[in-house]
Amino acid sequence: MTADSIQSIREGLLRKEFSAVEVAREALVFAERENPKTNAFLLFSAERAVANAERVDARIAAGEEPGLLAGVPVAVKDVILTKGLRTTCGSRILEHYVPPYDATVVERIEAAGGLIIGKTNCDEFAMGSSNENSAFGPVRNPAAPDRVPGGSSGGSAAAVAQKTAVISLGSDTGGSIRQPASFCGVVGVTPTYGRVSRYGLVAFASSLDHIGPFARSVRDAATLLEAMAGRDPLDSTSADAPVPNYAAHLDGHVRGMKIGVPISYMRHALGETYELIDKAIRRLKGLGCELREISLPATDYAVAAYYIICTAEASSNLARFDGARYGLRSAASATLSDMYHNTRGEGFGPEVKRRIMLGTYVLSHGYYDAYYKKAQKVRALITRDFTNAFQSVDAIVAPVSPFPVFRIGEKVDDPMAMYLSDIYTITGSLAGIPCMSVPCGTTNEGLPVGLQILCNHFHEQQMFRLADAFERR
Amino acid sequence: MKLSEEQVRYVAKLANLNLTQAEIDRMVQDLGSVLEHMDSLAAIDTEGVEPMTQVLYQTEETATLRPDVERAPLANEAALANAPAAGSGYFKVPKVIER
Repeated sequence: MTADSIQSIREGLLRKEFSAVEVAREALVFAERENPKTNAFLLFSAERAVANAERVDARIAAGEEPGLLAGVPVAVKDVILTKGLRTTCGSRILEHYVPPYDATVVERIEAAGGLIIGKTNCDEFAMGSSNENSAFGPVRNPAAPDRVPGGSSGGSAAAVAQKTAVISLGSDTGGSIRQPASFCGVVGVTPTYGRVSRYGLVAFASSLDHIGPFARSVRDAATLLEAMAGRDPLDSTSADAPVPNYAAHLDGHVRGMKIGVPISYMRHALGETYELIDKAIRRLKGLGCELREISLPATDYAVAAYYIICTAEASSNLARFDGARYGLRSAASATLSDMYHNTRGEGFGPEVKRRIMLGTYVLSHGYYDAYYKKAQKVRALITRDFTNAFQSVDAIVAPVSPFPVFRIGEKVDDPMAMYLSDIYTITGSLAGIPCMSVPCGTTNEGLPVGLQILCNHFHEQQMFRLADAFERR
Repeated sequence: MKLSEEQVRYVAKLANLNLTQAEIDRMVQDLGSVLEHMDSLAAIDTEGVEPMTQVLYQTEETATLRPDVERAPLANEAALANAPAAGSGYFKVPKVIER
């Protein structure tokens, strides 16, 4: 399809060059044909996409404003509920689950004229950094089919990279949007905690979960965020802060912007990743930004703190999957207790079981203070590091991952090594600040690498302006 | 901190999670190496630091309150639609009390 951005689809619709129904049908034919190459989609929703496209066409025919996302094909990560459309969370335990309601973000996207064309593959319950933990098979990286797309929102990143969706939704708890965006060469945004409603997002770690956009340009990502951000009475953690017109302020003016570079982060980035990030930082200087070295000392403890907090919260959140009200129920269970134990034993995959076990352990009697409470104190120190840094800089830049995309199967046997690779993304998650990945080049082998940009709470506008200026350079 | 097989079985019981012997053996190894890393937290001084229970930013204390108005709940039929077993408007589970 020639119209492959929010803006170009809107212009084509308003000039009557094509209809939204044509866009929907063409997008679905293309996506269904291309999907076997990556396994990015788990389900297509042709009927729903066409029905929404008809509404967009009717609005245009009536001379009404068709909405911010008019006629734009959108893919939605399969941890976000869609009424009447199976939502699996990449898990056997929800293999046949059909939600009775829509997530707020889904309602808002469709109200803005967006066309949800399908649900995307992900690590089971969003737990993983490679998409290999899906019960429905791994996703392949569009840039290198023997490699992972990153995780946990691997399907949503791959769909946008593969152009089987124009934009998509992911969820990010410790890097699950930024890392796959970096690995697939697309833009991925984790907004400020509370910026986007999580009503209808299947909870993993409630104090860390975010919903955010993937797109092929900063402008499209900014537009999608604008369409779904803002207070939602159904999510008490959603912030009552005005939503700016993000895309209207992408003017390229970054001269004089003060950029913090955490030197210790750079020290750990390996080989070509280091070179590409270093080149990106020099390019920012070329745009007129002022670079400053900063220090984020509590980062050394971030992985430990993060995996205590997220597994503790996950062990509580996933208690709801017990075979009583929805999802799998183990067939051979004589007692209620057997039903719980067997259902969970049969329904969850290895990584989810590992995290439930860790979380249950760190919350158990006698260990709570040493692990969970200590981790929450370290989280406060990590947040303080950022608060201090943002007194002297407007934005921070860093790598997203210490190394480029790895091969399917390469790291699956060492969970601790996989956890350690999340180091650059989890600090921003713990602080709840907005962060994003913007493509900054490819390695000699053609593997994409992303530059991470982090800003202070609710400073998405500044973050987008910098990312957009960098993208255009 | 290394975990014994007995501890793994105890935690699995707390988590209502049935594990095979192979899974238990693997958990002993995996949880051990992760907890060893987590023990590094003991080295950082957190004296006088308040635990951060949620993300905080400048906002009014009442910012997350909503008006107390009625909202239609999920219909009984819709709530039961995904139930593995249901009847007479209820979820059905294995018997817990012998007659």
